Amino acid sequence: MTVLIKESTSDFAEDKDAAAKIRDEQIRPAIRRGEEVTLDFTGVSLTTQSFVHALVSDVIRNQGEGILKQLTFKGCNREVKGLVKTVVQYSLETLDEN
Amino acid sequence: MKLYLPNSANLQNVEGFFRRFSPEDPTTLSFQMHPRYVHLHPAALAMAACLGEVAHSNGARVKGRVRRVRSLPYLVRMGLFGHVRLDPRLEISGHEEAGRFIPLTQIRSNEDLRTAIVDVIPLLHADPEIANPIRYLFSELVRNVLEHARSPVGAFVCAQYYRNSERLSIGVADAGIGIRASLAQHHRVTSAVEAIALALQPGISGATGRIGGNESNAGAGLFFTKGIARLSRNYFIIYSDDCLFKLLRGPEGREPVLHTHPSDDPHWFTTGLPEWRGTVVGIDISVAPGTSFSSLLTEINKAYSLDVKKRKKAYYKMIQFAK
Repeated sequence: MTVLIKESTSDFAEDKDAAAKIRDEQIRPAIRRGEEVTLDFTGVSLTTQSFVHALVSDVIRNQGEGILKQLTFKGCNREVKGLVKTVVQYSLETLDEN
Repeated sequence: MKLYLPNSANLQNVEGFFRRFSPEDPTTLSFQMHPRYVHLHPAALAMAACLGEVAHSNGARVKGRVRRVRSLPYLVRMGLFGHVRLDPRLEISGHEEAGRFIPLTQIRSNEDLRTAIVDVIPLLHADPEIANPIRYLFSELVRNVLEHARSPVGAFVCAQYYRNSERLSIGVADAGIGIRASLAQHHRVTSAVEAIALALQPGISGATGRIGGNESNAGAGLFFTKGIARLSRNYFIIYSDDCLFKLLRGPEGREPVLHTHPSDDPHWFTTGLPEWRGTVVGIDISVAPGTSFSSLLTEINKAYSLDVKKRKKAYYKMIQFAK
C-alpha cells in the first residue's frame, strides 16, 4: 500500500492530526494485514519532526526494528530524510525504556 | 498589571522589558512607553499583545496613552494596539514595510494555525530559505502552546526580517500554565529553572513521563528550536514563571556545537523576574546566503540523542528509502 502524504497535508507536512489519521486509518491496519507500506513524501518540501513522530514513532515502537522491512519512505528530500532517520533512531532506542 | 515599552528590547537586553512588566492588580492595565523611540523584538511584541488580550478578557481597565514616537507606524502595522485596546491615533496608508514582517497573529486552534501557515507567512515574500525556518518554528512552537499550555487567549506570534543584517526574528507568547506546571504533570521539577532545563532536552514532553514521548508528542520541539539558534550562532530565550533562559551566541571563531543538555550550551538563567503566567519564546536566525535550513536540520538531527541507557545501534541505517 502506498500513502501519498501530500494528499493529506500540503507541501509543508506539519499537521499532526493528519499524521495521526494516516497512522491509525492506513498504516496500522495495513501493518496488521502484513502488507508492505510505502510512505510517499513526493511533493513535500518540508515537514516537522513532530509530524514524522506522530506518523510512525508509535508504530515502530509497537512493532520493533523488524517493522523497518515493511516500511518504505519514498520521495524524501534531504530535510525529510534527516527527520525520518532521527525519529526512527530514537523510537527504537526507547523501545524498552520506561 | 503594567506594560512598559522600552527604547530597546532585543534578545540581548530583553530582561529590561520583562523586569518592567508587572502582573499585579489584574483589574487595571497600566501602559507606558519610551517617549522617543521603541524597538521591540517579536518576542516582546507577542508578550505585550498577549498581556493586552489577557487584560481585556479579564475586563481590566486600560490606563495610559500611545506616544507619537518615530517607530509608532511600525508598532501600528504589527497590530499591537488592537490587542492592548489603545487608540494610537495614527492611520497607516503606506505599505513600505510590507514583505518584511509578519504582524501579530492570534492562534487559538489547529485551524487557525493552518490558516496562518498558508495565508500569513507568505506575507513575508520570502524565498524558501527564509520561509522554511518560519514555517517550521511557527508550527512547532504554536503546536506546543495548543497542546500543552491551556492558554485562554491562545498563542500570539509575529516575525521580523532584517534585510541588512540578514536576520530573522520570531516571537511566540501564551498566557497558559507555564513550563513548570506543564512538565510537573509527569516529571519531578522543583523550580522554573529545572523545568526549563528539562523542557529543552530532547525526548522530554509535558504529555508523558516516558523519555522519547508518546504516540503524539516527542518532546523535541524546544530542542530543535534551540538547535536552530545555536547552530546559526544566535540568541534564543524562554521566559516562563519568574525565570528567563537565554542561549548566548558563544565565542566567535569556533564552530558552534549543539548539546543535548542546555547547561552545556553558552547560556544564562535569570530568576526573580516578575511572574509571567505562561511562556514567551524568542529566537533569532541567520538567513544569509549560504546558510541552509536543511543543513541546520541535518546538524540538529546528528546532535539528537536521548538520555537512555540502551546500547546504541544505528537503526537509521536500516531504513528503506526509495526515490
